[in-house]
Amino acid sequence: MDAFLLEYLPILIFMGIAIALGLVFILAAAIAAPSNPDAEKVSAYECGFNAFDDARMKFDVRFYLVAILFIIFDLEAAFLFPWAASFGQIGMFGFWSMMVFLGVLTIGFIYEWRKGALDWE
Amino acid sequence: METLNLLAAGPELILAAGAIILLMFGVFTKGESAAVTTLWLAVGVLVLAGIFAYAQTGDTEYAFGGVFVSDGVSRFANVFMFFGSAVVLILSRDYMIRAKSMLFEFPVLVLFAVLGMAMMVSSADLISLYVGLELQSLSLYVLAAFRRDSTRSTEAGLKYFVLGALSSGLLLYGSSFVYGYAGSTEFVAIAERLKDGDAGVGFLIGLALVIAGLAFKISAAPFHMWTPDVYEGAPTPITAFFATAPKVAASVLLVRVLYGAFGEVADHWWQIIWFLSAASMLVGGVAAIGQTDIKRLMAYSSIGHMGFAMLGLAAGTAKGAESVLIYLAIYLVMNIGVFAFILSMRRDGVHVTKIDDLAGLWKADGLSTFCLGVLMFSLAGIPPLAGFWAKFYVFQAAVDAGLIWLLIVAVAGTVISCFYYLRIVKIMVFDDPADAFDGPMLIENRLTLFGSAVLVFIFVVGGLGVPEMAAEAASVFAK
Repeated sequence: MDAFLLEYLPILIFMGIAIALGLVFILAAAIAAPSNPDAEKVSAYECGFNAFDDARMKFDVRFYLVAILFIIFDLEAAFLFPWAASFGQIGMFGFWSMMVFLGVLTIGFIYEWRKGALDWE
Repeated sequence: METLNLLAAGPELILAAGAIILLMFGVFTKGESAAVTTLWLAVGVLVLAGIFAYAQTGDTEYAFGGVFVSDGVSRFANVFMFFGSAVVLILSRDYMIRAKSMLFEFPVLVLFAVLGMAMMVSSADLISLYVGLELQSLSLYVLAAFRRDSTRSTEAGLKYFVLGALSSGLLLYGSSFVYGYAGSTEFVAIAERLKDGDAGVGFLIGLALVIAGLAFKISAAPFHMWTPDVYEGAPTPITAFFATAPKVAASVLLVRVLYGAFGEVADHWWQIIWFLSAASMLVGGVAAIGQTDIKRLMAYSSIGHMGFAMLGLAAGTAKGAESVLIYLAIYLVMNIGVFAFILSMRRDGVHVTKIDDLAGLWKADGLSTFCLGVLMFSLAGIPPLAGFWAKFYVFQAAVDAGLIWLLIVAVAGTVISCFYYLRIVKIMVFDDPADAFDGPMLIENRLTLFGSAVLVFIFVVGGLGVPEMAAEAASVFAK
């Protein structure tokens, strides 16, 4: 095997450990864990309130809007961290690249604001 | 190569700035008339970018540190895509107003889609390829579902999105293989690496996956299943848009990837292209025969035409690339003309798209029938019209490369497809007249139909300079 492929060996080992560990936990749970189910345990998990309905229900599309807005600005933060950490090396070019990126995001933000995506009645 | 070189990306920067400014303009104004203004401004932006692209001359230039290239091929494609999209936008205005869908987002989304296409044809790196492709695709998904009140339109959008996401996944997976085995995402570096010899079987898996992903985008058989449904369900102006500029962009991108990055391993990919080309020509020919809806028919027609375009690609020579460019340019002009007519097919204020609705059009509107007939003859590839010359160039490239069996399939495909093109002419001229369409045709539709018919007619006179332009553009692939 050449040296290039050898560099990937740690990844292979990691995958092996992950698979083995996963199998061990599943098998251990199947063999060793006590099993006495009741209605509460087998019902669908709902965060903070009782499970009362099927998971396939209609919900307000505005939840979706909020979620997608969150993802956009979450990603923005994810880009800003490495940018800030390497700011010393990337110079003016790096600075303006991020400014253009933020500018484009701001345009999108103005659009959704004007469209009323942030109003909840 | 390690410079910004913004001037080389001038047309794309005009489009990007124009789209953002129009988005802000649209969201701060209200009403349909403001949306129409946005549409005309978007046409202006496209024309401006087209003039800029046409004025770009000189050597191959790289921008953004080598991931973006401006050369003859990208300029050629840009000019046709920009002006073609501008015409489609103008043709859309009346339809969108009647469908009560004239929102300012429509021209803005078209601008973003065209920006994505311009980035695709200029990409010199697998990552910029993907970014351009996604910008184009995401805009097109939204456009397909633009009539939110229509179930057909939303279904078309969702179908296109799911299958498009699958193809993007294939493309990305393939790109990761190519990167892993060739050691770079830059086309130039990949080509350099391949010169040293075979990159191994993992590279070939990547190559096949990349081609499959791109074949989805140009709707080559057997990756064509989404095309008829999306074409039928999407609003007609958007179908017209789908059938023109994105096809040019994805085909040119395929040329660039196969010739630029993978040119050294042509004997590995030509058989894939061979199969895609043969399958598309046959599927496009046979499946179109039973269609009753003209939008579905045009979908199968576009599948067949992509098969012919790939015939030139399979040749693997600079001549092949040149013939693909000529084919795409002629295909674009013919399709815009046909859709200019389809967009004006209205009866009692309702848009109709059945082929039978054309019956006996000859008596009601002789000139339009004649123009549409010329375009149908041209799509079928009958001399001396432009469609014949388009096929002539790709056939010639295939002959030079010795692809005899593929040529036999191509001739069979041409003969089969003649049937359904000529059937439309027969229905228009000889069948008993159906009720007349709402008239008169709008001046912009009439001019576009007439103009493209004239263009395919006079192409025989020296090709209007298109073959020379394509030859100059494709010279970047000459070895």
